[in-house]
Amino acid sequence: MTAVRAAILAVVVTLAVVLQVAGFSLLSIHGVVPNLALLVVVAAALVRGPDFAAVLGFLAGLAVDLAPPADHVAGRWALALVVVGYVAGRVRQDAGSSPVAALVTVAASSFIGTSVFALSGMVLQDPAVPVAEALTVIPLAVGYDLLLTPFVLPPAMALLRRLRPPQVAY
Amino acid sequence: MRPPSPGSPQQRPRRAVVVLLLLAGLTVITLDARGGDDSPVDPLRSAVGAVVGPVETGTSAVLRPVIGVPGFFRTTGGLRDEVARLEAENAQLRGRLATSEVDRNRAAELDGLLAGAKDTGYAVVPARVVAMGPAQSFSRAVTIDAGTSSGISPDMTVINNDGLVGRVIRAERSTATVLLVVDQESVVGGRIGSTMEVGFLRGRGEQGDDARLDLDLADQSVTPARRDVLVTWGSRNGAPYVAGIPIGRVTDVRSSPGSLSAQAVIKPFVDFTSLDLVGVVVDPNTEGDRPVLGAGARQEETR
Repeated sequence: MTAVRAAILAVVVTLAVVLQVAGFSLLSIHGVVPNLALLVVVAAALVRGPDFAAVLGFLAGLAVDLAPPADHVAGRWALALVVVGYVAGRVRQDAGSSPVAALVTVAASSFIGTSVFALSGMVLQDPAVPVAEALTVIPLAVGYDLLLTPFVLPPAMALLRRLRPPQVAY
Repeated sequence: MRPPSPGSPQQRPRRAVVVLLLLAGLTVITLDARGGDDSPVDPLRSAVGAVVGPVETGTSAVLRPVIGVPGFFRTTGGLRDEVARLEAENAQLRGRLATSEVDRNRAAELDGLLAGAKDTGYAVVPARVVAMGPAQSFSRAVTIDAGTSSGISPDMTVINNDGLVGRVIRAERSTATVLLVVDQESVVGGRIGSTMEVGFLRGRGEQGDDARLDLDLADQSVTPARRDVLVTWGSRNGAPYVAGIPIGRVTDVRSSPGSLSAQAVIKPFVDFTSLDLVGVVVDPNTEGDRPVLGAGARQEETR
């Protein structure tokens, strides 16, 4: 059963990564596409908490880092999404219930994730991300992620709830 | 598995997991950044590319006609069967129309590519862009649906019917990754068409209408004129760039006293946001699973 759950999660993450580069590239705004992998990690954080979300974030981030046409140093999105999973998981008590709180969580997560990625680029000089570009891309990324939240977050959360191992309700 | 129970005092295991994952992330970054050209992450990248690349190709093929039509999913208020049936029929027809439009555009692009291959004398393998790196990753690269099985290898020039697109940086069996010339890490040797002066073009990382390249001329006494056309200068053995491919036009010239060379801003001919059909310049004798355009030009002329 655990293997089946893991396989379903792997399919969901792969689908998110592929759609983000192959599907939404046709609907990009200044090259910015919705970060579906990040939305899946946030959904995991809201349903399952920081532990699980951080692990999923690491794996999803690694997928984003390695799937073509990614060319940056591998591990940068993994690092960013671990932070996102942990932070979103810590605030999930409020965000799980109300839509507004969920939207705020997505906005914060998207901001943190893209910023951590940009900062790691500035540190590694890979490529040397100019601050001006980061400042235009990050708000666009947050906006586009918010736009997609109503369509991605509820189904992703429902799926993750169903995938949760049977346990005592809290 | 530990049930996630809010409020329970389980801070330490949580931190341990996160700290461990952060360290793992840093380890991967260090391995890849320090490894340079023979990074230990590269085999992993190839493996993921070999699996995900074809999936991207398939996804792109399915979604392209659908996303190509704005308002394709427009719904009406009516829910009667008849309306639904008519809508379905309408959608089907619209989908067919859209596909035919896409097909027509693609045929025109193919014609252009073929003409370009004849004009420049280079043999090209046609390929389509199936995935584009997000701007959030601050890297301008795309995936094309042709790879080593079609004779493509790293450091090959990629063009389309407008001009220079970029170069191949990684090739898997059925897909390849192309670094666009607008990427910040891309440097292309360019030659001004009117004066034959050479210089280096660097990308700025922007991709849309405001995509620009910065030109540093080797000879600082030369000032490029506006609207001058730049072509590739070409490298030894045509790797990574072959000579004579149009890159763009000078839109702005600046010369600052502090810098050693005159600087000019170039607007590329290629529209990088709507890249679809591209050609990879290959050896004319390449044998692969795709026809090589331009290689049989002489036979066609005698027809």
